[in-house]
Amino acid sequence: MVQARELSAPRRRAARTGAGRRYVPRWRVLAVFLLPALLLYSVFIVYPLVSALDYSFFEWRGIRQVGFAGFDNYRDLLGIYPYDEQLWRAFAHNALFFAGTMLIQTTVGLLFALLLFRYGRGKRFLQGAFTTPYLVDPLVVGYLWSLLLNPMFGPVNALLEAVGLDSWALPWLGDTRTALPIVVLVNAWQWVGFPMLLFSAALAGIPAEYHEAARVDGASAWQAFRRVTLPLLTPAIGVVSVLTFIGNFNAFGLVYAMSGSTGSPAGSTDVLGLLFYRVAFVEGGVEAIGRSSALAVLMFVFIFGVSMLATSYFRRRERKLV
Amino acid sequence: MRAGRRAPGRVAVHLLLWGYAVVALLPLVIMVLNSLRPTGEIFTAPLGLPASPTLHSYRQVWTEASFSTYFLNSLTVTCGAVLLGTVVSALAAYPLARYDFFGNRVLGAYFLAGLMLPIRLGLVPIFYLMDSMGLIDSLLGLTLLYAASGVPFCVFVLSAFYRSLPGELDEAARIDGAGEFRIFGRIMLPLVRPALASVMLFQFVPLWHEFLYPLVLLRSDEKFTIPRGLSQFFGEYTTDWSALFAGLVLATAPLFVLFVLATKQIIAGLTAGMSK
Repeated sequence: MVQARELSAPRRRAARTGAGRRYVPRWRVLAVFLLPALLLYSVFIVYPLVSALDYSFFEWRGIRQVGFAGFDNYRDLLGIYPYDEQLWRAFAHNALFFAGTMLIQTTVGLLFALLLFRYGRGKRFLQGAFTTPYLVDPLVVGYLWSLLLNPMFGPVNALLEAVGLDSWALPWLGDTRTALPIVVLVNAWQWVGFPMLLFSAALAGIPAEYHEAARVDGASAWQAFRRVTLPLLTPAIGVVSVLTFIGNFNAFGLVYAMSGSTGSPAGSTDVLGLLFYRVAFVEGGVEAIGRSSALAVLMFVFIFGVSMLATSYFRRRERKLV
Repeated sequence: MRAGRRAPGRVAVHLLLWGYAVVALLPLVIMVLNSLRPTGEIFTAPLGLPASPTLHSYRQVWTEASFSTYFLNSLTVTCGAVLLGTVVSALAAYPLARYDFFGNRVLGAYFLAGLMLPIRLGLVPIFYLMDSMGLIDSLLGLTLLYAASGVPFCVFVLSAFYRSLPGELDEAARIDGAGEFRIFGRIMLPLVRPALASVMLFQFVPLWHEFLYPLVLLRSDEKFTIPRGLSQFFGEYTTDWSALFAGLVLATAPLFVLFVLATKQIIAGLTAGMSK
């Protein structure tokens, strides 16, 4: 007690906070720890995002604000040619892109996870092989497949002709009907390892007694899968859906590499990421800043909103299981 | 009897799995093989093996198409950003996890929000911000931006690790009279080292692949990162397929090397966090 006065400042603080309670630092110490990250994050991430919201409510002439615009930029995007057409088309393509990728990726990923679950030798190699494309830059994947699918010198059509399917050797990326499905397939090729790994981990976490119990009760393999395994995979399916949704609606590099910034041929692969880039930096004209910012805000509200709804939906499904 | 009944099914499973392994790997194998063949050979036989493998295209791409410059730029920007981002986050996560001060929770939520915000949507304001700071077409500008984009994730992961360390550690050091920075540098930081390694690796991959920012913020060829350079290169060398394949291999190889070298480190980092 008497010695308390002789303790140095940090010791007094330590004594005051005592065991079990967290240390109360001095402001100067706190500033050294926190300020660098706070500064970097606020200037380069938070400030631009807040500015995008702010910019979207002003009328612009080049880089000059000429007055408050209210929701005019938003109205222009939804109602003025060519944006009205391009926005909905890009949105529809993103929706198809997401639906197609999910359908292929989830079913194939789940099938491979189930087949590999009790697979013996070679399991690790197969898992590695399926996940390898996921390590490659989406931009590289896009360029690689645009070469492979080339109608003149591409190995894909050469292979199809070699096995006698000459009529299948189409200009895959040059035809407005096949271009988007091909982009979806290439995207699924790249990402299929991700749901497979997540499902494998989830399967490994299901207690063996559950399957045992289902078998004892006389359930067929399909019934056991449908009633026991699948419901227990709900959390993994939720994670895959939400992350795939966010990834697909932000897609840029893959589509840019396969079909340029206009989503060729004839805009048949145009997506929101490309449209945003074009409005902001290529063909936006004097109103580029306001309109591209409005588009950014719309994309954010949609992506964030749907992700939140989906997350809470899957949480509720999970709770029902317990 | 059972095994007999299942045999055809077994064969189908093997065929399906190994067949898909071919589908997953063959495009990458073709990429490597075709980079070793001259363009004329690729055009006459799109599916052939290299008759006499040559590294000519690699030499060409590396020097003529300035991939050596792109590579160095990517390395500088990515490593610089990962280091800076991790250092500032390691500092910031510590008080958030272990100190008691006014605004702790709010500040934590502020950093966490960055995990959910699509930061690319701030692209236009970022462009004008960089412009006003003279950081257009600058590797420093790109480094700062990349570093900032990693902060939310790093702070989130590292504060969880700091929190998992026992409270007696720093209390004992404080009683012994150690200063706060000494406690941080000598006791806390070494204990979260495995987490630091995985956090760095997880930042590295998306930054190495980032394309939209360099597309908008970089102007001159000598500043291009690999993805930005690659898009330029695909416009210029459209008919030289051998070179195109070699460029794709060069863009991909560094990550494969990194993953082969670092897989153990990632697993160690993740499990170190879980066993606590």
